[in-house]
Amino acid sequence: MTEAMMPLWEVFIRAKAGLAHRHVGSVHAADAEMALQAARDVYTRRGEGVSLWVVPSASITASDPAEEAELFEPATAKPYRHPTFYTVPKEVGDM
Amino acid sequence: MAGVPFDDVLGLADDALILGHRLSEWCGHAPLLEEELSLANIGLDLIGQARALYDYAGAIEGKGRDQDALAYLRDAPQFHNLLLVEQPNGDFAMTIARQFLYSTYAAPFWRATAGSKDTTLAGIAATAQHEVAYHLRHSGEWLVRLGDGTEESHRRAQDAIDYLWPYTGEMLEGDNASLRREWDETVAGVLDEATLKRPKDGWMQTGGRLGRHSEHLGHILAALQFLQRAYPGASW
Repeated sequence: MTEAMMPLWEVFIRAKAGLAHRHVGSVHAADAEMALQAARDVYTRRGEGVSLWVVPSASITASDPAEEAELFEPATAKPYRHPTFYTVPKEVGDM
Repeated sequence: MAGVPFDDVLGLADDALILGHRLSEWCGHAPLLEEELSLANIGLDLIGQARALYDYAGAIEGKGRDQDALAYLRDAPQFHNLLLVEQPNGDFAMTIARQFLYSTYAAPFWRATAGSKDTTLAGIAATAQHEVAYHLRHSGEWLVRLGDGTEESHRRAQDAIDYLWPYTGEMLEGDNASLRREWDETVAGVLDEATLKRPKDGWMQTGGRLGRHSEHLGHILAALQFLQRAYPGASW
């Protein structure tokens, strides 16, 4: 089973209406329809979701782990960006 | 009340059990992990259907036989399953072709049965119709990819369809003749997309519903029933 014939697909599941699709893992499949079925069989056997997305893994552009310092470290030095000094009124609920 | 005959319900239960058992034989042997789970899922759906149907058959018979008694303590001539479902797994194409040909009958059968006046059977059908609709989709999509895939997968898929074709007549006998038009259309559509040839309708195998089986059923039962035969009454 070559990678060319059975490429990798990333799987996203919406747990219930109103929630966003979340990444849960990946499957190998020949094409989009088969990837959807594989995702259904591998990741939704216990009622995990109401909607599925599959995306070719090759379509994802990832950040380079070697660039972690320049991309993400500046933010860790700026605690004032976290809105931790505010109290959220109860009526707002989940944000 | 003249309900559904015991033998008819038993035949449906036996179809589901034997095909489910066949699929369980793929456990640990499937060509890829994703398909390992797919085949096991389909097998478990079918065994679930078998359990509900055996409960109902036992109730109709009224002699106190439960699921285990019906599944484990009958011999081959007392089984009423279709000959198609007891055919060996063969290669992956054979398993997919067998699943497709059976599901193409089972999908409209359970959909129609969901509207049955027999409320128990209609209840079982309400669940089964969605399960078998997915089995049909899964096996149909695979058959298209095998048929319209490589030279080797095409040859194997065509061989499987040719080998199994004489076992398809039995599903559409009697009352099930009304399902033939839809069965023909579905099969023709998928075979066409799969670039596979529909075999000519010739002589068809029959007899499973009457307990006349191929040599394969005895071997299945030897594996399936071993534990209960060797250790009567054994339970988890």
